[in-house]
Amino acid sequence: MELPVISNSAPAEGGGCASSGCGTAPDALGHLPDHIRAKVQDHPCYSEEAHHYFARMHVAVAPACNIQCNYCNRKYDCSNESRPGVVSEVLTPKQAINKVLAVAAEIPQMTVLGIAGPGDPLANPARTFETFEELSNRAPDIKLCVSTNGLNLPMYVDRIAQHNIDHVTITINCVDPEVGAKIYPWIFWENKRIFGVEGARILIEQQQLGLQMLTDRGILVKVNSVLIPGINDEHLKEVSKIVKAKGAFLHNVMPLIAEAEHGTYYGIMGQAEPTPEMLQDLQDACAGDMAMMRHCRQCRADAVGLLGEDRGDEFTMDKIDVMEVDYEAAMVRRKVVHDEILEKLDAKRGIVKPKAEESGIPADARPVLMAVAGKNGVVAEHFGHAKEFLIYEASPAGARFMSHRKTELYCGGMDACGDGDVVDAGATESLLDRNIRILEGCEVVLCSKVGYEPWAKLEAAGIAPNGEHAMEPIEEAVMAVYKEIAATGKLSPSAEDRKVA
Amino acid sequence: MALQITESCVNCWACVDVCPNDAIFEDKPHFLIDDGKCTECLGDHSVPQCAAICPIEMAIVDELGEFLNPPGSLTGIPIEKLKEFGLWREAA
Ligand code: SF4
Ligand code: SF4
Ligand code: SF4
Repeated sequence: MELPVISNSAPAEGGGCASSGCGTAPDALGHLPDHIRAKVQDHPCYSEEAHHYFARMHVAVAPACNIQCNYCNRKYDCSNESRPGVVSEVLTPKQAINKVLAVAAEIPQMTVLGIAGPGDPLANPARTFETFEELSNRAPDIKLCVSTNGLNLPMYVDRIAQHNIDHVTITINCVDPEVGAKIYPWIFWENKRIFGVEGARILIEQQQLGLQMLTDRGILVKVNSVLIPGINDEHLKEVSKIVKAKGAFLHNVMPLIAEAEHGTYYGIMGQAEPTPEMLQDLQDACAGDMAMMRHCRQCRADAVGLLGEDRGDEFTMDKIDVMEVDYEAAMVRRKVVHDEILEKLDAKRGIVKPKAEESGIPADARPVLMAVAGKNGVVAEHFGHAKEFLIYEASPAGARFMSHRKTELYCGGMDACGDGDVVDAGATESLLDRNIRILEGCEVVLCSKVGYEPWAKLEAAGIAPNGEHAMEPIEEAVMAVYKEIAATGKLSPSAEDRKVA
Repeated sequence: MALQITESCVNCWACVDVCPNDAIFEDKPHFLIDDGKCTECLGDHSVPQCAAICPIEMAIVDELGEFLNPPGSLTGIPIEKLKEFGLWREAA
């Protein structure tokens, strides 16, 4: 079966993530045929609108892996870290099932259970499928999904199809074994460790075969790619084309995380991480070929709750052991909550967004990138308190969510964000300077308040601070500021400025 | 003849699933190999399976204490860097 690939025109006119506009127009999934859309409309990881309302959880039951990625260190396990592959406890299938039932009863918005890392779920088939099997029996209202490096995928496609699993994520970083050899030092295949180009070639073949087999069976496939500057940055455009042709419905390009203290090959060897701008440029370049996912938060492998909110601490094994769960009763409550949310989403989908022309912005005005310290769809945060900035592009077509830039990705700890110093590669940089650096490419930053010191520094960096729109809906604020800039005549188009479009 | 697991082991389970003799068992603080069961995979495979999948350098040793995956052999991280980051050890 041929799965259609959504064009990027949908998000361009539609609402993006984390804003009031999220849901005021069809999101990137809006162009999918109904039967596929129905599968993903309440999936927080896939639907930009749904992720405000529906929650997901991951269980770490699959610790073993059959390949090595240069961005992964199997030793690393830290409960303060928020990134893929990190967990505080590996669960047995039995524990995982109890945890899922407890969470689903407690958080009725939880619709999706994923098995991802650490390790590869399909390198742990017994533990993975035991968990899936039991859950598809006992909790048929939970969608199941699985992430894999793809090496063992072809041999498990049929088992995947048997369960309630209609979404699979494959991490595909390359389609060229020469590139692959720089990302994967080895794989374990047919009872041997195979190094270098030969190993990468087998991995790539299996990934591509698995992708094809899944889409042939009508199982939705998302492709994740890690953007590694100088290694696969250009190459990912090719990857995007190929996975599109094979029927993947979403491509999620994520930035490499490579800090030396994580002890990965890339971290130790000083491999550069992409800047937020590089990531966005690449997402734009690939977007011509298929829908891009722009709201991914690179969750922990045991994250619980809404995207951007981790409630994992409420569900540690010792707490779950003493919880009594009546899942039959929970299912009834869950259904009510799901129906209410879907109704709300549908109502939102009908509303048409205000267009920019009506506000007198010239049709050929160049687009402007703005960073917003937002929360719940409004401009809500102090510059110094923002844990992430939402990047919007204002253009005559309206405000469009582009990406989010996390400050945690760069700073030492969430609580310390906004003050204090951080040390990176031996050089000390203030958090303020760092936050300003991650806003590179933006012309305006919208927040509820900006202090005197950051104000001056932002201006010096060519970014206009703006605290005039506190508590206003993000998209309205962005367009209001855009209109102000237009009125000053600074938006006449030039070829160079068009770059960001 | 039997292999052994060292304290470098991170309890990742990879070796357990591939051992043809069920010789590897979960233990605290790390996995162990049952001497009585381990055959070094002779007769089953051309290479010891645990050592062929283990992602951690220096986690598996032979009866002489030699690492089956010596420092630098799996990651390709140069020895100077391993030393700089405290990741280097001589054979057990
Ligand atoms: S596939 Fe996942 S667990 Fe395995 S090495 Fe790569 S990142 Fe690590
Ligand atoms: S060498 Fe072979 S038999 Fe011995 S523990 Fe490793 S996998 Fe098992
Ligand atoms: S594969 Fe290596 S690190 Fe993993 S459990 Fe076995 S010995 Fe330990």
